[in-house]
Amino acid sequence: MKIILNNTEEEFAVKAMSVSDMLKFKKFSFRMRIVKINGKLIPGEEYDSTIINDGDNVQMIYLMSGG
Amino acid sequence: MRISEIEGHLRKFRVGIAGAGGLGSNCAATLARAGIGTLVLSDFDIVDLGNLSRQFYFVSQVGMEKTSALKENLIRIRPEIKIITHHAKLNKTNIPIVFAGCDVIVEAFDKAEMKEMLIKVVQQGMPGIPLIIGSGLAGWGNSDKLKCRKIDETLYVCGDELSETSDELPPLSPRVGIVANMQADAVVEILMKKE
Repeated sequence: MKIILNNTEEEFAVKAMSVSDMLKFKKFSFRMRIVKINGKLIPGEEYDSTIINDGDNVQMIYLMSGG
Repeated sequence: MRISEIEGHLRKFRVGIAGAGGLGSNCAATLARAGIGTLVLSDFDIVDLGNLSRQFYFVSQVGMEKTSALKENLIRIRPEIKIITHHAKLNKTNIPIVFAGCDVIVEAFDKAEMKEMLIKVVQQGMPGIPLIIGSGLAGWGNSDKLKCRKIDETLYVCGDELSETSDELPPLSPRVGIVANMQADAVVEILMKKE
């Protein structure tokens, strides 16, 4: 399947995946983050149950302390 | 477009700034200079001598509430600006009240947990209001890695999304100032497109 991840097209060797799967595949291990799928914010407790579909626009933002 | 027309346009808008530390105080100063009509400032802290390394305050203001001190400084830049201050800690409940009526909100907190909380509250509870967050500004150098990334119509991220502040990698004035001004520029960009 192909998705847009942070504005870049990325291919994954699976037919479907959850947000948790995607974070694992990409080794996005830093815990302070925001995930949006097609503009919708996905709360952390829904990472396992939310499915990313082919063609979805996924944004992953790390939140670093400092300001 | 002439600067008088730009200032005349920006005067119509209200911008909320969540936090008045390194990002918030410098972003507010830039937005005041640019001509934003109304700024809503929120912070629970007082000015400390250590803040002067990067925040827009003066030695004579040490001990003052940051929101009051910042208001004083912004009025010295632009006497006609309207400043609304909230000396309080922001939370899920008061954010929609404090920032009601804002055309754009700038996230200028220190802690990542607070950034996350504000993003959730604004994106889920204040639909359509653009939020400009700061993420990754610690240390010095590599200023080419600092960027403003548009996630979608309601979310922009300014910073390198990589460097976290710590005792060994503190926030320093140059990079903090760059990110604060990137946030201000994103605000201006959004408002210049708005009727």
